[in-house]
Amino acid sequence: MSEEQIKELEIQFEARIARDEKIEPKDWMPEKYRQTHIRQMSQHAHSEIIGMLPEGNWITRAPTLRRKVALLAKVQDEGGHGLYLYSATETLGITRDELLEQLHTGKAKYSSIFNYPAISWADMGAIGWLVDGAAIINQIALCGASYGPYARAMVRICKEESFHQRQGYEILVTLMKGTQEQKNMAQDALNRFWWPSLMMFGPTDAESPHTAQSMKWKLKRKTNDDLRQQFIDQTVPQAELIGLTIPDSDLKWNEEKQQYDSGEINWDEFWQVVKGHGPCNKERMKARIAAHENGQWVRDAAMAYAEKKEKRKTNK
Amino acid sequence: MERVRDRMKKNWPLWEVFVRSKNGLEHRHFGSLHAADAEMALENARDVYTRRNEGISIWVVESKHITATNPDNNGELFEPAKDKIYRHPTFYDLPDEIKHM
Ligand SMILES: [Fe+2]
Ligand SMILES: [Fe+2]
Repeated sequence: MSEEQIKELEIQFEARIARDEKIEPKDWMPEKYRQTHIRQMSQHAHSEIIGMLPEGNWITRAPTLRRKVALLAKVQDEGGHGLYLYSATETLGITRDELLEQLHTGKAKYSSIFNYPAISWADMGAIGWLVDGAAIINQIALCGASYGPYARAMVRICKEESFHQRQGYEILVTLMKGTQEQKNMAQDALNRFWWPSLMMFGPTDAESPHTAQSMKWKLKRKTNDDLRQQFIDQTVPQAELIGLTIPDSDLKWNEEKQQYDSGEINWDEFWQVVKGHGPCNKERMKARIAAHENGQWVRDAAMAYAEKKEKRKTNK
Repeated sequence: MERVRDRMKKNWPLWEVFVRSKNGLEHRHFGSLHAADAEMALENARDVYTRRNEGISIWVVESKHITATNPDNNGELFEPAKDKIYRHPTFYDLPDEIKHM
């Protein structure tokens, strides 16, 4: 195709998106649109499955059967979310193998929040409430994404997410009705997870060079800062209601703006964790790679068995 | 050893999953997944796509067996129907008094 033809196709493409038309896998799309989507969608998929690790560790230690079935179901859901997103990403012409390879070699990123350790049972509460809460805000904004398979995966995921946040909040509600020690546990979990949860929305708009293009392609429907503000405004009253204190001395209601003013995020910490120097980066990658490699013989055996069965059928 | 490994490493093929949410409705495309064979594809589909009573019947078909139209040909395939408005009931002029038609 000549450069001129591509230009023409690009203009038509931008116009389709401006009209809120969805783009489907076989439609022509600019190479940059494809690559940007592969990057963001796979990063999202990786986050779902890496996110299973900190919570998966607590399933056997859940304090009651009720908590155990809930956590088990939640972690299973996250595996499902990973699958929906990997499948959607594969429609852009990349294989599952390549995607996992990018994760395992560190070429692809996943959400930094999962590089923080979950050291007490209260963390299961904080993760469900804050981390899934933040994820839901991000994901609702993506239900209107321009790429059809991505938007459809998001709709399905959003339907499943709301119980994740509720079960987490319920854990903290219960702890806050308990002994002083239990209340301290809950507050400690909030203290550790509050700031990393705010970082989940990504760098400030001023520091986010891709935002303009992503907004235009409807790969992003709201800016990082807008989403972060929405999260703060909805979460602060939830903390207050059960007697938790948000660990931000600058936090206060701004009557004029009708929203909370909040303190500065430690962006050095954010970039350190993104670059691989968070408390659990190595541990998470080690667990993921081990799971993949130790499962290889199972995948091989299943394939060999399927082929044997197929052969038997055709020989009959 | 390395060569045995390479030969062994065959990736599970991709399957498309269709689910009927209740009797009286058609099977609808729900998504896709990888599985070694049809039986495993059904089991996995049950686990990922019907965890909350979303379905009562599942079809799976290996993705490579689906033949699809090419969007580049959409013009010649689907445009001609656009100007055939005489295929719609609103095309026909009837007296205002007429009922049940
Ligand atoms: Fe999820
Ligand atoms: Fe979740």
